[in-house]
Amino acid sequence: MTDQPTPSFESAFASLQQIISQLENTELPLEEALKLYEEGKRLSDICSQLLETAQLRVETLNSTSTPTESEAA
Amino acid sequence: MLEFDFPPLQPMVFTVTSLTNYLREVLETDEILRDVWVRGEISNFVQHRSGHLYFTLKDNDAQLKCVMWKGQTFRLRFNPKDGQSVEAHGAMSFYPAGGQTQLYIDEMQPIGEGQLYQEFLRLKARLEAEGLFAPELKRPIPPLPRHIGVVTSPTGAALQDILNTLRRRLPLARVTLAPTAVQGAEAPAGIVSGLKALNALPDLDLIILARGGGSIEDLWSFNDEAVAYAIRASRVPVISGVGHETDFTIADFAADLRAPTPTAAAELATPITRADLGAELLSINQSMSTTLKSRLTSLRQDLLLAENRLQRHSPAQRVRTFLQFQDETRERLERAMNHYLSQHQLKLHNQLARLESVSPMAVLRRGFAIVSDAQTHQLISRRNQTSPNQPIQIQLSDGKIAATISGDTP
Repeated sequence: MTDQPTPSFESAFASLQQIISQLENTELPLEEALKLYEEGKRLSDICSQLLETAQLRVETLNSTSTPTESEAA
Repeated sequence: MLEFDFPPLQPMVFTVTSLTNYLREVLETDEILRDVWVRGEISNFVQHRSGHLYFTLKDNDAQLKCVMWKGQTFRLRFNPKDGQSVEAHGAMSFYPAGGQTQLYIDEMQPIGEGQLYQEFLRLKARLEAEGLFAPELKRPIPPLPRHIGVVTSPTGAALQDILNTLRRRLPLARVTLAPTAVQGAEAPAGIVSGLKALNALPDLDLIILARGGGSIEDLWSFNDEAVAYAIRASRVPVISGVGHETDFTIADFAADLRAPTPTAAAELATPITRADLGAELLSINQSMSTTLKSRLTSLRQDLLLAENRLQRHSPAQRVRTFLQFQDETRERLERAMNHYLSQHQLKLHNQLARLESVSPMAVLRRGFAIVSDAQTHQLISRRNQTSPNQPIQIQLSDGKIAATISGDTP
């Protein structure tokens, strides 16, 4: 759990929303619910962090149509 | 009319006011001068604080003072500036206080606009007939684009407006710029190849096609049919943001969504902002906690109920009940035993008494004796059991004595 690469905001957010709907299922064993909750908290922290620190990435296509980093925004 | 048919006694003298009034009347009633188009170059352009426009129209040999009242300026589709060649329509009149003849303009367009406009209308009608602007072709804008393509000039204010807006609203996004000229003969081809190049990026969600404000000639590259076709050929939705609020180009009609300005295009490209996402995260967090808390509360209640039920059916309770029963039973047993024992003691006593009555000891006490052979301990009850000098034992009530038969024997 410690060395996972940071997911993209979108994928973390999508997983988070999935966890919410899973959590709302009361048939779920408590242990699993707690695990999901922990995972949800983790994803939510990641999302917040990503939102906080997000910097617009701007690239420019050159004439041969390959993107090059031109502005770090 | 200023010629006189008869010799006056004295020449007629006007006041300045009456003469200039007369002059104004003449100008304003002239069939040509009251409804006239004039072509010239703008100079000494001043927009007064009141909103009225004052300038001079000139050509190589002459100049003409012009006024355009604020009330007429809303119809202008360009920003007049010095050096611009225009065609202006209005009425000539005389301004007595300034002592000048001037053109009161109600309509003005850059030279060539009329022709360009006709061209624009023709192209628009043709593409419309081809179905290029059909509402059902318009694709929805993705609510949360990750990768936004921008086709615009790399040096224009439009790009900065777009980037600033995206930075403010959705800094999570990635932007790829397809730099191109946005005015001039090369521009349409540049715009088309920019659209194509961006479409080659596999993860692109959306394209913004933009240009800042300008004259109708400046925006002309966006009235190109190749640009319109390229927009419709785009794999991802295209938002146009060309010029100002009032500018409509063919690109705008072909685009999936038309924004009035580049900034507005960036806003429409990001329906969900960072702030929205932050709020959504907060609410997700809360709902997650609430869900789990209510789950735990209900489980706790279930547990309490189960504990109560368990306690009711607990073996400890049964053990307690059993122990009590056991105690009672033991008491009963003891009581019964005591009763039994006392009953039997009585019986025993009676039996003992009876036994006593038949005991040989009782007989002995009455004076009888028991005689037995001293060696064999054989009881002697007949004479023939005896012999002379036979040692015998005599049992009396209080003990034994030894004796020897001395008398007669059979």
